[in-house]
Amino acid sequence: MWVLRTLLASLVILVAGVAALAVATDGFRAFTSETARRIDVREHPRALPSTPLQTADGQTISFAELRGRWVLVDFVYTRCRTYCSIQGTEFAQMQQRLAAPIAADRVTLLSISFDPTRDNPAQLAAYQRRSGDRGAGWIAARPTSASGLRALMGVFGVTAISDGLGGYVHNSAIAVVDPQGRLIAIIDWDKPAEAERYVLRGEAP
Amino acid sequence: MTVSSRWQSWRGPALWCVLVLPPVRGALESSIMLHMLVQIPLLAVAGWWLSPLLPKHLTDTLPAWNRSGISGIVLVSVVALFWMLPRSMDAALEVPWVEVAKFASVPLLMGLPLAISWPSAGFVVRGVYLVEVVATAFRMGWLYLISPQRLCSNYLLGDQQGLGKAMLAIGAAICLLLAWKLMWGHIDADGVRRR
Repeated sequence: MWVLRTLLASLVILVAGVAALAVATDGFRAFTSETARRIDVREHPRALPSTPLQTADGQTISFAELRGRWVLVDFVYTRCRTYCSIQGTEFAQMQQRLAAPIAADRVTLLSISFDPTRDNPAQLAAYQRRSGDRGAGWIAARPTSASGLRALMGVFGVTAISDGLGGYVHNSAIAVVDPQGRLIAIIDWDKPAEAERYVLRGEAP
Repeated sequence: MTVSSRWQSWRGPALWCVLVLPPVRGALESSIMLHMLVQIPLLAVAGWWLSPLLPKHLTDTLPAWNRSGISGIVLVSVVALFWMLPRSMDAALEVPWVEVAKFASVPLLMGLPLAISWPSAGFVVRGVYLVEVVATAFRMGWLYLISPQRLCSNYLLGDQQGLGKAMLAIGAAICLLLAWKLMWGHIDADGVRRR
């Protein structure tokens, strides 16, 4: 009798536990928060807040104004000497490869600083120059308020932590925003070709 | 009630209260190694120490459903698995209700069931469980050590690799303990306190 009861109790616990684990991992697909964020964005495109952003040339823009074109977004801080500096060069190279759709106003590249107190317009401009900016179609910008920064990092799922050396470590990626202004995909930061294919395929389905 | 038995009743809640203090919580969650190898085990210890507070009718009826502590150890394993997901670590830091769930589930669904089940588990049940713990420590340790990517968005890569090494060391230590027990220890194949 005790054996049967124990067997029953263990089975109930096991079934409930596996069910809970299935829910907690999106059906055993996402074991890390980074994978979870990508799956969630793909399956539930996110509307973007109309947070004001100050660009390197001092103008103020928002995602609402960028509607009607694809936007490839990354989050950076300009003092970075590792990933982000590579990200900057990468965005400049994408700018060159996507020159035609950029000229046709179908694509824009946007780098948002998550360190807006340090990254003023002058710093953002210097970052773009250092990275080899080709002049058109790549905007570097910073949120103008702390609440705006929080809102953007929240919706894009960006986490930046101190690296203990005065800089940050963050989950770098290329975020794809469709012409309706929705975040629809997040791509590895070192796979710009994938982001470009996404954008070009979207243009000519 | 003697001083020592009163202490035995209250040390669990006391430890839990210390762990929940914001400075302690902040310090123990500042690195993944402290989070997984200090905070969560201490929460489980707090739960283990809750067992003297269990009402008598529970301690009388539970063993009927928990022969050799098997149901309890299954529960502990499932809950431990959940809190081993890198995603759960991030969520505990970012989502308040997940943090609450951690502070409730680790003592109540890991520490306490282990305290109830371990004494009635015989050598075979303990052995199977410990071998699984060793395998999990090696698997997770190896994964954390070789992963070129950060598995938790809130922790640094070096910290993660440190955790990997620590888990390999823990797995090896349990292995040695088991080997020692098999060679020189006293083995009660029928259960220490068989019911």
